[in-house]
Amino acid sequence: MDFTSLVFYLFSAILVVAGLRVVTARNPVHSALALVLAFFTGACLWMLLEAEFLAITLVLVYVGAVMVLFLFVVMMLDINIEEMRRGFWDYLPLAALVAVLMAIEMITVLAGERFGLAPPSPKPADYSNTRELGLLIYTDYVYAFELAAVILLVAIVAAIALTLRRRPGRKSVDPAEQVKVRRADRVRLVSLKPQKAEAREEEA
Amino acid sequence: MEFFQELLGPAWTPVWTLAKIVAIVAPLMIGVAYLTYAERRIIGFMQVRLGCNRVGPFGLLQPIADGLKLMFKEIVIPTGASRGLYILAPVLAMAPALAAWAVIPFTDTLVLANIDAGLLYIMAVTSMGVYGVVLAGWASNSKYAFLGSMRSAAQIVSYEIAMGFALVGVLMSAQSLNLVDIVNGQKGEWGMLEWYFLPLFPLFLVYLISGVAELNRAPFDVAEGESEIVAGFHVDYSGMAFAIFFLAEYANMILVATLTSLLFLGGWLSPVPFLPDGFHWLAAKIAFVLFLFLWFRATFPRYRYDQIMRLGWKVFIPVTLVWLVLMGAVMQTPLGYLFH
Repeated sequence: MDFTSLVFYLFSAILVVAGLRVVTARNPVHSALALVLAFFTGACLWMLLEAEFLAITLVLVYVGAVMVLFLFVVMMLDINIEEMRRGFWDYLPLAALVAVLMAIEMITVLAGERFGLAPPSPKPADYSNTRELGLLIYTDYVYAFELAAVILLVAIVAAIALTLRRRPGRKSVDPAEQVKVRRADRVRLVSLKPQKAEAREEEA
Repeated sequence: MEFFQELLGPAWTPVWTLAKIVAIVAPLMIGVAYLTYAERRIIGFMQVRLGCNRVGPFGLLQPIADGLKLMFKEIVIPTGASRGLYILAPVLAMAPALAAWAVIPFTDTLVLANIDAGLLYIMAVTSMGVYGVVLAGWASNSKYAFLGSMRSAAQIVSYEIAMGFALVGVLMSAQSLNLVDIVNGQKGEWGMLEWYFLPLFPLFLVYLISGVAELNRAPFDVAEGESEIVAGFHVDYSGMAFAIFFLAEYANMILVATLTSLLFLGGWLSPVPFLPDGFHWLAAKIAFVLFLFLWFRATFPRYRYDQIMRLGWKVFIPVTLVWLVLMGAVMQTPLGYLFH
């Protein structure tokens, strides 16, 4: 066994354990962290496959952004773990179906050579798959790419529209209004005559 | 060197790499220690007081005294804290701050790993630093720490986007993600007028200010609020565990200053064409940007939280997007040389 396969098995073992921890951990925060580990290990596996752009993007997007927000939500929710576990085994048929589907997909990819799918040949060290991916996305697949972008935008707008509540009586101020304020709007200078002597007389 | 190479045989590569890592991390740690000293002295002078001047000549041994003190302090783990994560959090804060240095070039040949996707790697690694903050707040089992961590994590995540967009401008100009290529792209007969801070001026400002916000430093240090939430996410840490957060913060400061120098200020290139390039120029630029950070802290009052969020989302992100579209359009015309 050469070093590459040793590293591969190490990463795979970590990935499997992390995946199991996601569903078995009692604490939801620990589950989310196990998911972070799973993503990171997945990125390491991609790195082994010379897909450095995808690997780094996986870390950047999923580990660096998506999972942070996920962790935010999980930390703030008060989750009763017993209640969540109640229907754990009811999902078994559905989970089994998904597992079978995934197994079929993997077999198709792994046995691809039999169906005439040639494995990619190793590329020289100066080969930049960032550039290649960029070229493909912005030329051949530009419509599909922009369609995906628009769908994401619609999803963002929809999510905001669902949660946006216009509450009356909000006290937030518009910064533009604050900046526009001049001294004369807020301060009025009044010249008063000295009143000290009169005040003393009243006291007496 | 060849003698050692023969002596160690196949173990040579890991040993040599390890030596190089030590050669980067050790000066970095000394830099961090003396950055804290510089901060206290410079802000002291700006506020017409002396700053630390008791330990050693001019107080130069102060950081070492501080380090020793923190090392001998007890690490108290709060009751009800999530033990494993409580200890893991400082590590998660520190590791990205150090790992990012792997791809930083110091001159055009002096770089640990000259990888093609260097800029992307730095963005990915630094984006993981936020876990240290989030977990420290959560694992301490304290409301103050938790609120502080929520505030600083939300701020870090928001400004990362503006920062990323600012970097897109740089890579459009340089046509590369490799940091050595990016600096070499700023080389030219006009010296400092060729550096990217001029054609990408709005992006340079956005990057610099987002950098300060990303570091949770003044004037964006809302995680620290002495009157409401004390010192933020690391309020329940003591001794060396607290010191690690401190080290990570200052190592990140030096990292952002270095990146600003490399990406916008020409890295190791000389500002005038008749002087030779070299590492000293990079060091001078890093020192200048670090001085700016300290200057900001001594000058500006703290931002309000909603103002910070507004600045990040409603000002910086639109500014970068407009500038990127403008750049893309101009680069298609004969005037495109302006941005190269």
